[in-house]
Amino acid sequence: MASQSDLTRARVRSAWLFLTPMLFVLALVAGWPLLRTIWFGFTDAKLSAPGLYKFVGLSNYLTYVDGRWLGLLANKIWWLSVWNTVWFSIVSVILETVLGTIVALVLNANFKGRAIVRAAVLIPWAIPTIVSAKMWLWMLNDQFGILNHILMNLHIISSPIAWTANSSTAMWAVIMVDVWKTTPFMALLILAALQMMPSDCYEAAKVDGIHPVKVFFRVTLPLIRPALMVAVVFRALDALRIFDLIYVLTSGSRDTISMSGFARLQLIDFAKTGLGSAASTSLFLVIAIITILAMTIGKVRVSEDAAK
Amino acid sequence: MTRILKPIGFWLLVAVIVVYAVFPFYYAVLTSMRSGQALFDPSLLPNSFDFSNYVGVFQQQPFALNILNSIIVAVTVVVISLFLGVTAAYALGRVHFAGRGLLLITILAVSMFPQVAVLSGMYEVIRLLGLYNTMPALMLSNLILTLPFTVWVLTTFMKELPRELEEAAFVDGASPWTVVRRVFLPLMWPALVTTGLLAFIAAWNEFLFALTFSPDNRTVPVAISSMTGASQQELPWGNIMAGSVIVTLPLIVLVLIFQRKIVAGLTAGAVKG
Amino acid sequence: MASVTLKNIRKAFGRIETVHGVNLDIEDKDFVVFVGPSGCGKSTLLRLIAGLEDITSGDLLIDGRKVNDKTPKDRGISMVFQSYALYPHMNVYQNMAFGLELAKTANTTIDAKVREAAQILELTPLLERLPKQLSGGQRQRVAIGRAIVREPKVFLFDEPLSNLDAALRVQMRISIAKLHKQMGATMVYVTHDQVEAMTLADKIVVLNAGNVEQVGAPLELYHNPRNLFVAGFIGSPQMNFIDTEVLASDPSGAKIALPGGGSVVAKVDGSSVRAGDKVKLGVRPEHLSETGGEASFKGAVEVVEELGESHFLYVRGGDGKLITLRHAGDAPVSAASDVTVGVPGDLCHVFKADGTALRKKEAGVCAPDSPEAQMKSQPAQLLPLSGRQAVSSSRRRRWTSLNMA
Repeated sequence: MASQSDLTRARVRSAWLFLTPMLFVLALVAGWPLLRTIWFGFTDAKLSAPGLYKFVGLSNYLTYVDGRWLGLLANKIWWLSVWNTVWFSIVSVILETVLGTIVALVLNANFKGRAIVRAAVLIPWAIPTIVSAKMWLWMLNDQFGILNHILMNLHIISSPIAWTANSSTAMWAVIMVDVWKTTPFMALLILAALQMMPSDCYEAAKVDGIHPVKVFFRVTLPLIRPALMVAVVFRALDALRIFDLIYVLTSGSRDTISMSGFARLQLIDFAKTGLGSAASTSLFLVIAIITILAMTIGKVRVSEDAAK
Repeated sequence: MTRILKPIGFWLLVAVIVVYAVFPFYYAVLTSMRSGQALFDPSLLPNSFDFSNYVGVFQQQPFALNILNSIIVAVTVVVISLFLGVTAAYALGRVHFAGRGLLLITILAVSMFPQVAVLSGMYEVIRLLGLYNTMPALMLSNLILTLPFTVWVLTTFMKELPRELEEAAFVDGASPWTVVRRVFLPLMWPALVTTGLLAFIAAWNEFLFALTFSPDNRTVPVAISSMTGASQQELPWGNIMAGSVIVTLPLIVLVLIFQRKIVAGLTAGAVKG
Repeated sequence: MASVTLKNIRKAFGRIETVHGVNLDIEDKDFVVFVGPSGCGKSTLLRLIAGLEDITSGDLLIDGRKVNDKTPKDRGISMVFQSYALYPHMNVYQNMAFGLELAKTANTTIDAKVREAAQILELTPLLERLPKQLSGGQRQRVAIGRAIVREPKVFLFDEPLSNLDAALRVQMRISIAKLHKQMGATMVYVTHDQVEAMTLADKIVVLNAGNVEQVGAPLELYHNPRNLFVAGFIGSPQMNFIDTEVLASDPSGAKIALPGGGSVVAKVDGSSVRAGDKVKLGVRPEHLSETGGEASFKGAVEVVEELGESHFLYVRGGDGKLITLRHAGDAPVSAASDVTVGVPGDLCHVFKADGTALRKKEAGVCAPDSPEAQMKSQPAQLLPLSGRQAVSSSRRRRWTSLNMA
């Protein structure tokens, strides 16, 4: 049996001592609130009287009352928010990945003024989300917006479009702003992956005279795929949680509400803590499942590679 | 022919990227310097340098107070996050104990929480502590955003510090806390700057908690989003743009100065993860 | 008094035991060197003494007190690390003062001690510099200075010279030897370089795969290696090993077959072997004669290496093995010629199949005109003088270097 010296014991003790403050705070702001939210999902609590509630089981989720189905899973707006969120996530992540890759490839090339371009590309990321939303709201304004003005001058459209008010264009407006804001982040991640690649592959391809586009698809892409996958998963999980942009750009319009928006709507605006918590829990579950899936697939892949 | 096209095509692409990235902000600055009817002038070049919006934004709402609130919250959150992060990082990065890996993954998982998922629970806590509509409410709630990646990045950094340095300190008679304070901390300041900056930006940017837990005593994002005029149609765009520029300019300057560190911090977490 | 005693020390990492029951007695003021190939456990042993690793079982006593559970600081040890491990953000003065500061020593005392150590190591003009502004040798000295100021009972060195270039290594070796004389402290030194071991140690501990192979004074290990491993490890170039068999044996000698049909009577205690037993004959390159002798075998010189002060002959013996010979001056023969290699009976070693050596009849070297020497058979006299001289001159060399202090 190994006897632990004073030193090791002291170290393990101090490790736990060092960890405790952080763990306590994390439990306070993350652990406990999460558990409470999940719990509230099973009650009929109201925001105005948080102490008075009773346990209602799964009825916030689904219940049959007076000949109708009620609850989260029967709520049309909930399902609309799910659709909005998923649609938004898929489209924005695809766009951000493609555009991010292009920007990353450009930044990876060695040219004069590269530093300035990189700095310029960082600006959208640096601007607070709310400010970005307001800036774009201003540009997308149907009457005074500069975008409509330019498009009309270029004869691409014949009359101003109410980007954020019109239900068919509102989601695209949101996607447009999100892509503008988040492409830098993707570009940076992809750039980091590109820069870690060995240059001898490229030199060999150059010597062989292979067309650069082919080089990209056959050499570059496979090599950066792992990092790219990580970035995509990160972004996707982020996108599923969207709240700020949609709230400010379309200010509570039901057409574009996201899952987070729906949850908050029920929670704060309608003071239905129970239903809101159920919605929050559902969103949490969706994200948790996807995260675990991603990690397991990732781990399996890693161990596969290692075994090869 | 392709010889000439390629560089032209490339530079065109660069130009498009730069314009696309910078134009919205440029236009916001432009707008902020116009007032009255000039606001609706669609010209793309600066043709007026009227700063009345900058004055107006402070008069129409307690904008100075909002900025102060944001600064107080952001700075406090950074300080707390760094302190908790450094201490946790030492334990997670340099001491082998059972369950270490699992703990790290759990902490990282917290960064995946949708903010709404903790909203009702945290609302209860805030109410219980009597912190509704106060800055401490935000200082506390923002930690859920900053702690996970702060701990993660600092742990990665701590792991890289040479073992012999720590052992030399032990032989010299240092306790673990002394090792952190006097040997590791001075060596870690690049990482501290990076995580501090990222934490600052996250706290500065935060909207949902600020909107929900302190709707009356506002921080900047909430203030800007609630700037209204006499009616829904009459948004004080000039003021809004002025306010936007005021709060964004320092941030942009910060990010540009520290861009290498920020990029390193962002990518370290993601690529290694 | 600062003795170190290891009683049956074992160390296991998880289920893998890397140190198997080491027993060692280090006396006060000893300079003990742990030497062995990579992975033999010498660094682990040092770290066990330091308190940087837990002892799995066994007792460690410093100065008679059991220190198994004590922190490094409480054991009264100081350590010089392989990579120096200087605090990068502190200058030389602060690096050396750190330990004393932590012990809450008075500032004036700290100052006096740091300056004293700086003077001994010639670091005084460098006190304000940061480690990155120092050369490798200077950093090493600062690391040693940091160890000195705390006036420990035992100094521990973990391969301190391996990151230095050859010339610097020799210089530092001499400094460390001087330091030892000056301070009169107990020093435990780990290295994989047997030259460092031979030149610095009062006592060498040869380790192999977590076991102590032999403990003894450098020359003791040179002349009387207890087994194949120690014989092959100590001495450069490596001892020649010839697979052969015993022809006859008795307590006063063993007749060993030589390739080509000859034989040599080794002056060893042959009572544990019989005729026909397979053994290895070990002879050092500097002990083989180039001019034949009573016991000899023929071989073809394949390669001749001339170093000016010495030369190497690589001879292919009758059994196909390559034998190395080393002597002073220029080579007397050229490549592609034949040579008769003389084997001295009193300087060869016989190793049984299990690797242990048969006990030599004489201990080490005797004076040239002693009765024993007179009684030695021809091979001893035919020994090139360089062989004997090499041994005694190296001893002389050792003492001289310390006198240069």
